[in-house]
Amino acid sequence: MIEWMVQHIFDKYNYWISIVLMLIGFYAMIAKENLLKKLIGLSIFQTAIFLFYVSLSDVGTGWGLRFGTAPIVWEHGIHEGYMYVNPLPHVLMLTGIVVAAATLAVALALVVRLYEEYGTIEEEEIMEMEMDLERGT
Amino acid sequence: MLPIEQFPVLVVAISLLSAITILLAGGISKKSGFFISLATITFQFILSLFILRHVLTVGTIHYWLGGWRPPWGIEYVVDVLNAYVLIIVLFLSLLAAIYSKRSVEQEIEARKLPTFYTLFQLLVTGLAGVVVTGDMFNLYVFLEIASLAGYALIAAAGGRALRASYNYLILGALGICFYLLAIGFLYSVTGTLNMADLRVLLPALYANKAVQTAFVFAFIGLGIKCAIFPLHTWQPDAYTYAPSAISVIISTAMAKASIYALIRVIFSVFTVDFIILFAPIFKIICWMAAIAMIFGSILAIAQFDLKRMLAYSSIANVGYIMLGVGLSTSTTFGLTPALMHLLNHALMKGCLFMAACAFIYKAGLWDIRGFVGLGRKMPYTCFAFLLAALSMIGLPPSVGFVTKLYLILAALEAGEYIFVAVIFFSTLLMIVYFWHVVELMYIRVEEGGEKEIRVAEAPMSMVIPGLVLAVLCFIVGIIWLIGTPLPMMEAINSGFGLGVVVP
Repeated sequence: MIEWMVQHIFDKYNYWISIVLMLIGFYAMIAKENLLKKLIGLSIFQTAIFLFYVSLSDVGTGWGLRFGTAPIVWEHGIHEGYMYVNPLPHVLMLTGIVVAAATLAVALALVVRLYEEYGTIEEEEIMEMEMDLERGT
Repeated sequence: MLPIEQFPVLVVAISLLSAITILLAGGISKKSGFFISLATITFQFILSLFILRHVLTVGTIHYWLGGWRPPWGIEYVVDVLNAYVLIIVLFLSLLAAIYSKRSVEQEIEARKLPTFYTLFQLLVTGLAGVVVTGDMFNLYVFLEIASLAGYALIAAAGGRALRASYNYLILGALGICFYLLAIGFLYSVTGTLNMADLRVLLPALYANKAVQTAFVFAFIGLGIKCAIFPLHTWQPDAYTYAPSAISVIISTAMAKASIYALIRVIFSVFTVDFIILFAPIFKIICWMAAIAMIFGSILAIAQFDLKRMLAYSSIANVGYIMLGVGLSTSTTFGLTPALMHLLNHALMKGCLFMAACAFIYKAGLWDIRGFVGLGRKMPYTCFAFLLAALSMIGLPPSVGFVTKLYLILAALEAGEYIFVAVIFFSTLLMIVYFWHVVELMYIRVEEGGEKEIRVAEAPMSMVIPGLVLAVLCFIVGIIWLIGTPLPMMEAINSGFGLGVVVP
């Protein structure tokens, strides 16, 4: 039992954290009425994906007993037991972070414009005002 | 002359360069944006014609960015399917760009024009990139470029477009995040991002849970971008409230590029074998498509706002495409009906949106109840609308008729008679809502005549693209019936291992 837990939970705690973060973000995006809170949810979701990718490249056995180093080839070549962390997912996530930042920037700009237009960032209230507009015209 | 192998990357790179040029030139002349954008898209379109010719005569184009061999580097691959979709996307972008000249002057403040066209060009860049790339992660990046430009452009209309754009952003970002997760799962088991390489490496891992999860994430993620039936909730608002030219481009070029991405991922990366053995979703796709065809049409009937009606009609038409995809494995037609409708729907819906936006441009008419007598006031625009509407309903030999014919043949061959009934029923519903508009435009006469609106015809730059599309609806329909492009479809089908009935 303990072995199973070590193998599936403690050893892979980074994946579990990523899943939990992902669900928190997803919940916020779907359930929150406040437009900014939805964006915070989106951000958490994206960050969880970054964590997932970075976890993929990790080669350690957990608990810091053995872990990979930076993928640098030095003078004396590769010595015995040399493990390196896969750099590609990190690079992908650099792109991912840029994209996430851009998405968030566009979204925040939209929220600012919505606030200018309606004077609120609560989705319910905006929808009510839109309904009123529709009835008015 | 450059070797033709470089053209796929040129289509993207020139477009990206032009986007920056528009922004810089905007400091000198506010109006330059339109001309630079138009010139660029025309050039891209010409390149795409050369690409298609090369692909058909010589074969698939592979371009290695920076000379890095795949699977290490990013590879651009253009086969028949890419070239075909690239032409659709760029042709519709070109017409939308021509159309944008006058409509944007009315809708967007003059000082914002350079930024508007920068974003427009970025949108085209993203769409072209989605179509030419042969790399999963690169596809993600281009989808994001296109989407981000799309969100900003929709919001450019202001007012209600803001919330439409925000909802689209939340759902779109979620969809793309799902797709990114799917890439992560695939990378974790194969260690590659190249589509062709994944196709080779995946069969041994089909039973792997990570691969199956990746498929689900990729399908749902891209499904949100394509507005497949239960995932369509962002779509009607976004299409309705966007600026005119943007309604045209997102309902045609962008929707088609997303569907292309979905088809590419389903059939090229995961392949038919995987889906049949481990994720038998084709039946579900068929039923979802059938519901979409009925549901979209019924909601379209309930609308008085013409753009919103067309948006719901788009949901129904994505249903047609997905029905083609769903039936693809059980008939010898393969993906032919779906790919046909990709072009056909782009032509028809482009024309309809152009006409609808021209009515708003000239007369401020959103509501079809105000259309009385419009057919006499704006004869060319209304004629284009009429042709496209007839085509949508399926008057032979229009494109709509060809799609329905092929879908019915495919459904009959597959023995799925229920879908034949669904196609007929949704056609009836289409007749109801289009007839309603056409009747108001042409037939009904307001008593006394003073209530009829007084407007002149829309400007030439808005009429001609619409008429071109309307005429093309019938010309392309005849070309399909003659069967000239069918060998091309066969090539695509055989590339995916389709076109033969799998028991």
